[in-house]
Amino acid sequence: MTSLNVPLMTGTATNPLPSLRFDDVAFRHQGKLLLGPCSFTLEGTGPTLVMGPNGAGKSLLLRLAHGLISPTQGRVSWLSAECPRQAMVFQQPVLLRRSALANLVHALAVNKTPRKTRLKLALEALARFGLTSCAATPARVLSGGEQQRLALARAWALSPSVLFLDEPTSALDPAATKAVEAAVQEFHERGTRIVMTTHDLHQARRLAGDVLFLSGGKVREHTPAASFFNAPTSREAQAFIAGELIE
Amino acid sequence: MENNNALYVALSLVLNLDATLYQIVTLSLQVSLLAVLIAAVIGFPLGAAVALWRFPGRGGVIIALNAMMGLPPVVAGLTVYLLLSRAGPLGEWGLLFTPSAMVIAQVVLVLPILAALSRQKVEELLGEYREQFISLNMSRRRMMPTLLWDARFALLTVLLAGFGRASAEVGAVMMVGGNIEGVTRVMTTAIVLETSKGDLPLALGLGIVLLTLVMLVNAGAYVVGELTRRRMG
Repeated sequence: MTSLNVPLMTGTATNPLPSLRFDDVAFRHQGKLLLGPCSFTLEGTGPTLVMGPNGAGKSLLLRLAHGLISPTQGRVSWLSAECPRQAMVFQQPVLLRRSALANLVHALAVNKTPRKTRLKLALEALARFGLTSCAATPARVLSGGEQQRLALARAWALSPSVLFLDEPTSALDPAATKAVEAAVQEFHERGTRIVMTTHDLHQARRLAGDVLFLSGGKVREHTPAASFFNAPTSREAQAFIAGELIE
Repeated sequence: MENNNALYVALSLVLNLDATLYQIVTLSLQVSLLAVLIAAVIGFPLGAAVALWRFPGRGGVIIALNAMMGLPPVVAGLTVYLLLSRAGPLGEWGLLFTPSAMVIAQVVLVLPILAALSRQKVEELLGEYREQFISLNMSRRRMMPTLLWDARFALLTVLLAGFGRASAEVGAVMMVGGNIEGVTRVMTTAIVLETSKGDLPLALGLGIVLLTLVMLVNAGAYVVGELTRRRMG
């Protein structure tokens, strides 16, 4: 691991992870209730894994949390003086039609990082995610795994205190998945609050600190990972873990 | 054969480096390229702005831009003529029957094409990038240069469409330029003149030269665009 000369590092006792609060949050589209109403607080060290079957509202919940969309009811808020710096990694990485390096430099420029340090930070982030040899390669001709790593590198360069990941490995092979999970661990160790959706139980077991379980647009359970996997309380979670087909 | 004759005229004009032809071709290219350049500097940001911002009357603006793509050159010419004529609001500039007037008229013709088509392209790209942009906390103003740069391949094609329109039209440059020999005579107006004089071989010859020039510009842009596009994936 190379050392990174960036602010906002390490979640220590003096610098706790920002807590996220959902207050009676619901989202309706064309009159149809898609999520909630739900209330919960994401605190502790995480990582928080948002789990549930397809269509349960996982991605929606993540977008509401990140502020990409606004709830039609209730309030999403951070229990900190100011809104923490956030980044998101999507299922399909959205990369600009430029080189891998230019993608990172662009994100840093948007982030108002001083011009002098942009290139250095971008190269460091590429190196950290094993993409140095791809620096000049157009981002959109990289392989799926490399593209996702580039999206992670972009998030890393921005040194967010919260990172959202929406099914980041669902389109990847096992090797690429492993690389993404290692990256998520690194973010976690750096003191970044991780909120990640997945429908992969094994992945959740490997990564989760706590689990937020959704089905049918409702939060059925929010418990520490150990109790979720060993003794789920809700009927839906029990069925999900047992591998039954639930809706 | 009339046709062979015209080809022969065209070839001999080009091969003999005919001074008049050279002057006409140069002016044609200067006027049209400058007009497209000015229209791009205004039209691309305008198109991107319409794609990015929501404001009352936005639908009307889009319809107007789309409709203006079909603006008849003579109408554009007439409008610029009225503006620039001695009694017109900009008469003091004394631009009527100069190459500048022709540039202005062609900008009026090309601008709607560049603005309307770039609006479409940028809006498509925005659909793909939107969530990432919001995630990066980008303002709309900050999105504009990013989108325009990332749409560069599509915009190159748009630019060619604009250049095609500018180099092919005759009505507007005829009205505001006046087809003055050695001053405002361009390829299209020269073709009209030679046809009306009955020198059909020369008119056809000029037509062949014009067509070749337009094709060369398009081929050059296509090759550049295609090579970079392939490289960028």
